[in-house]
Amino acid sequence: MSIQDEALPVGTAPGTPLLRVRDLHVEFRTRESVARVLNGVSYDVEAGETLAVLGESGSGKSVTAQTVMGILDTPPGHITGGSIEFKGEELLTATDKRRREVRGSGIAMIFQDALSALNPVFTVGFQIEEQLRVRRAMSRKDARKRAIELLEQVKIPNAAGRVKQYPHEFSGGMRQRAMIAMSLALDPELLIADEPTTALDVTVQAQIMDLLKELQLQRQMGLVLITHDLGVVAEVADRIAVMYAGRIVEHSDARSLYRRPSHPYTEALLESVPRLDLKGTELRSIKGLPPNLADIPSGCPFHPRCKRVRDVCRTDVPPQHEPEPGRLSACHFAEELVAGD
Amino acid sequence: MGRYVLRRLLQLIPVFLGTTFLIYWLVWSLPGDPFAGKCGERPCPDAYISLMREKFHLDEPVIVQYLRYLGNLFQGDFGETFRGSSVGDLIAIAYPNTIRLALVALVIEAIIGLAAGIMTGLRGRGFLDNVVLISTLFLISLPVFVTGFVLQIVLGFELGWIKTTVSKSPAPWDELIAPGFVLGSLSMAYVARLTRTSIAENKRADFVRTAVAKGQPQSRVVGVHLLRNSAIPVLTFLGTDLGALMGGAIVTEGIFDIKGIGNLVYDGIIGKDGLVVTGVVTLLVVVYLMSNLLVDLLYAVLDPRIRYD
Repeated sequence: MSIQDEALPVGTAPGTPLLRVRDLHVEFRTRESVARVLNGVSYDVEAGETLAVLGESGSGKSVTAQTVMGILDTPPGHITGGSIEFKGEELLTATDKRRREVRGSGIAMIFQDALSALNPVFTVGFQIEEQLRVRRAMSRKDARKRAIELLEQVKIPNAAGRVKQYPHEFSGGMRQRAMIAMSLALDPELLIADEPTTALDVTVQAQIMDLLKELQLQRQMGLVLITHDLGVVAEVADRIAVMYAGRIVEHSDARSLYRRPSHPYTEALLESVPRLDLKGTELRSIKGLPPNLADIPSGCPFHPRCKRVRDVCRTDVPPQHEPEPGRLSACHFAEELVAGD
Repeated sequence: MGRYVLRRLLQLIPVFLGTTFLIYWLVWSLPGDPFAGKCGERPCPDAYISLMREKFHLDEPVIVQYLRYLGNLFQGDFGETFRGSSVGDLIAIAYPNTIRLALVALVIEAIIGLAAGIMTGLRGRGFLDNVVLISTLFLISLPVFVTGFVLQIVLGFELGWIKTTVSKSPAPWDELIAPGFVLGSLSMAYVARLTRTSIAENKRADFVRTAVAKGQPQSRVVGVHLLRNSAIPVLTFLGTDLGALMGGAIVTEGIFDIKGIGNLVYDGIIGKDGLVVTGVVTLLVVVYLMSNLLVDLLYAVLDPRIRYD
């Protein structure tokens, strides 16, 4: 079943990676049904590297991140298998106390909608300083000073004045910057950004991505960028993991993936991006709906929507192919795809 | 903020004039002769009645009476009862009892209601949740006089744990615990349910998830991030309720024989003593308006997204 059990994702350097996720299984149990949300997800993230996790809503990209953070809502979420290692330390079996220590200082996370993710009744400064005062036992005065520095690092103008304001007094982009500043307060080694630019308008999106890239470079952080936006990914990602129905269906370095996808789902995603040179022609979309995770189709989960579907796809779960060195694809015909039609 | 407060205070003036006039007019247009039965078995002598009518200006038009009353009121004079005691003095004696009772009731309903609401809100469905839901339903359905008499009989007469009536004025704090519980029981049930809903709603909020993702200790996630947001509707309710409790409680004060403002206004109505009723109600209108203003200001303090400008 677990198609990526021991398969090593691309770019894996010898030694211990910053984050190593292996064969992660998560179920959402409700009274009516059991939805298999993650079905064997594996990936590695190195220090200073950006892994983009791509997929449509419900593909399990956010659930993977929440499981890594240890903030999965249980119930309904239950981890039924796999391992998550942070700098060689297994997190899934660690104590609650240890997991809490890792959150914020080892692995930090930023969320899609900064307006609802920041507490509306506390000032932005309070929410940054809280990390420093509670987790680092800093004095009020020092924490305030550091909070202003952090806001300056994320390029918020007039940081000394802004620190006393509430989230609703910030614009969308500024709010996301404040959120990033908060996540950096304890100097994490890995940052998980869950759709950080989805709620923002396009010009601001680019600014936020540039900022993330710059901060990552300065701090040599690992960055997991969760998104459904191929445009965002193109510029910043070193490697891309494409998720579908709780599996990673393609795992590749960014350049090769854009040049020639090795999974029909990735191919379809790329075709559904509006392109200027194809202006006037009809925009391609992926037919059908994402699968019901309580009832995943037999064989390859993508087969009902795949335009390259053949008989074998309906019956056999595709094994992990390595169509090119360093690329993984969960498609029976990965080699054909890479070789060209 | 300052301008808002000023505007609200100015708004009090027409409300104050309107309500006091309405009360004054209603009280004096009640049917029945205020002097019937004032002189024992016999009807009062005509000489006495005409003396009283003149003393209280009862033959003048209502509007003139009202303006005269208002004029006296602004000099701190609430007038006299028919028996000749000062209404101002009566209120000064009765009001401390009502305030004490109100504070005891508020503290009881806040502590028990909040505790029950927070616990059930955090834990979700289960045994405790059912216990609280059923007992609050019970409290909401029961009229205050039933709760009052039951507690008085069971705790007072049967078990002897409490005094059945309050012994003196000003009422001792410990004797007010049972009456305070009775008076606060209905609101306690509402506070519990309001808190439970509010906590359950915010428990899954994004900002709570953020606090967890920051690695903040559970005590802070709940005690700071969750509670501060959930407390907004509850504290607003408690503020409004304090205004209502300050208005006295005719039934509870009656059962436990507390010489409070509710008792005073009841006697005033029975005795057709218009100046007592008007005086008390006028005071209550002011107290209620002020407490409402305080609640609105409190709301802005608790929730920075609300700004009055």
